[in-house]
Amino acid sequence: MRKTIDSIIETIIFICGILSIVFVVMIFGFLLKEGFAFFKEFGVISFITGKLWYPTSDPAKFGILSLIIGSLLVTAGACVIAVPIGIMSALYISEIAPSGVKDVLKSCVELMAAVPSVVIGFVGMVTFVPLVRAVFDIPTGLTAFSGSVMLAFMAMPTIVTISEDAIRSVPWSYKEGALALGATKWQAIRRIVLKAAMPGIIAAIMLGIGRVVGETMAVMMITGNAAHIPHSIFEPVRTMTATIAAEMGETVRGGMHYRSLFAIGLVLFVITFIVNFIADLFLGKSKK
Amino acid sequence: MATKIEIKKFNLWYTDFHALKDISINIEEKRITAMIGPSGCGKSTLLRSINRINDTIEGVRVSGEINIGGTNIYDDKTDVDFLRRNVGMVFQRPNPFPISIYENVAFGLKVNRIASKKGVIDETVEESLKSVLLWDDIKNKLKKSALELTLEQQQRLCIARVIAVKPEIILLDEPCSSLDPVATQRIEELMMQLKEKYTIVIVTHNMHQAARVSHDTAFMLLGKLIEFDVTEKIFTNPAQKETHDYVSGRFG
Repeated sequence: MRKTIDSIIETIIFICGILSIVFVVMIFGFLLKEGFAFFKEFGVISFITGKLWYPTSDPAKFGILSLIIGSLLVTAGACVIAVPIGIMSALYISEIAPSGVKDVLKSCVELMAAVPSVVIGFVGMVTFVPLVRAVFDIPTGLTAFSGSVMLAFMAMPTIVTISEDAIRSVPWSYKEGALALGATKWQAIRRIVLKAAMPGIIAAIMLGIGRVVGETMAVMMITGNAAHIPHSIFEPVRTMTATIAAEMGETVRGGMHYRSLFAIGLVLFVITFIVNFIADLFLGKSKK
Repeated sequence: MATKIEIKKFNLWYTDFHALKDISINIEEKRITAMIGPSGCGKSTLLRSINRINDTIEGVRVSGEINIGGTNIYDDKTDVDFLRRNVGMVFQRPNPFPISIYENVAFGLKVNRIASKKGVIDETVEESLKSVLLWDDIKNKLKKSALELTLEQQQRLCIARVIAVKPEIILLDEPCSSLDPVATQRIEELMMQLKEKYTIVIVTHNMHQAARVSHDTAFMLLGKLIEFDVTEKIFTNPAQKETHDYVSGRFG
């Protein structure tokens, strides 16, 4: 009797465990099927390097270069803001803050991760977007810059918590050894602790980027959604994710437009896969 | 013989725990002084007070004086970074930094701004590695990570790292406790050579090691200094009963 229960439970656990793999494979398979059907007709190169995205005109143009640039621009901007601030606050939390402040800060950062992206989107829309318009004196505040700033808020919790972990797990003996050689606290942190924690910090940045690249709701609300190649960060852009979300509802199932959105999904999947893969590589390295 | 480190009525508390009680010792120049005693007797704490590395632990308070070169290192005016450069320390477990062998030795030179020219640094690195008898083994892999060395080599590297900044005093906190007997013997030989140039204080719970390498020995028990004398006297004819019981292996 006990043996039967054991084997039943084992089977259930096995099925649950295997399910996540099955789902990933199925999603990927579906993306591939629709995406490849599109590529066969339109071609990969002209899809990725095409500058014009007119999916509903006749003849339709499916060039996603402006969308890729939009995604990359917003992501890069978010990184420039989130990475230095994130690493500094991780350093502050793990090395400098007194324990009371440390606990409050850590819970605040974790709380930040729990804010839904749509909330960040509309708060950004009603507070930050008008501010950007007024401060930089530009026709619209719905720009790549606004998107970067709001996305930086979303990437920060990931970057802070994982970097903080990496910094905290640097053996105390390294720091002690550095101090014992006459290094100041900052020298010990910069030359030894940060160096030792670097694989973990890079992984943190990568996971932060992964989150930003895939983010949809907030960017759709505050980047303006204009599918053209921007000349500066203060122009509206449209990202790949926003395109899929905005247009999927209007397409004819099985049509070219419909399939082109799956092809975008495939490109996005490849990008996030690479980013996550690099993160994993560095996480593995930092565990060693 | 000149006194190098003068410890006067020194007390230390970890928050409420009174770890060192009224310790007074004069440590002589260019000799090896050993501190022995059972675990928890405060010998490591005392050693770690001499370069103020205990300051990094929360809740540590001290009273009394430790004078090095005529000045009290616990004085408010003391430059702690300079003190630690002058009083080097080697730890129980080898703790080379996770960077290259070369960078490990160059670290102290760089952070203390002792040298910045590559030629000077190169020379000091070579000299330091030679004086710990490591140079011949690793001269072709200076760019390799220090973590690839054997434990003994790592500990030698840690000693070389200390020597590179030219301290006057070297503190060794159970430097052989994670090494095998052969490596231990070789590190001990190294210590005998180093005493020509440096004042060495070593904490060990290996009594034989203390007997082999040191000139003077301090025996501590429960945060108190029980007896301090030349090593031979401590091991053959101690004045205190506790010392006798400990060195004859009755407890500890």
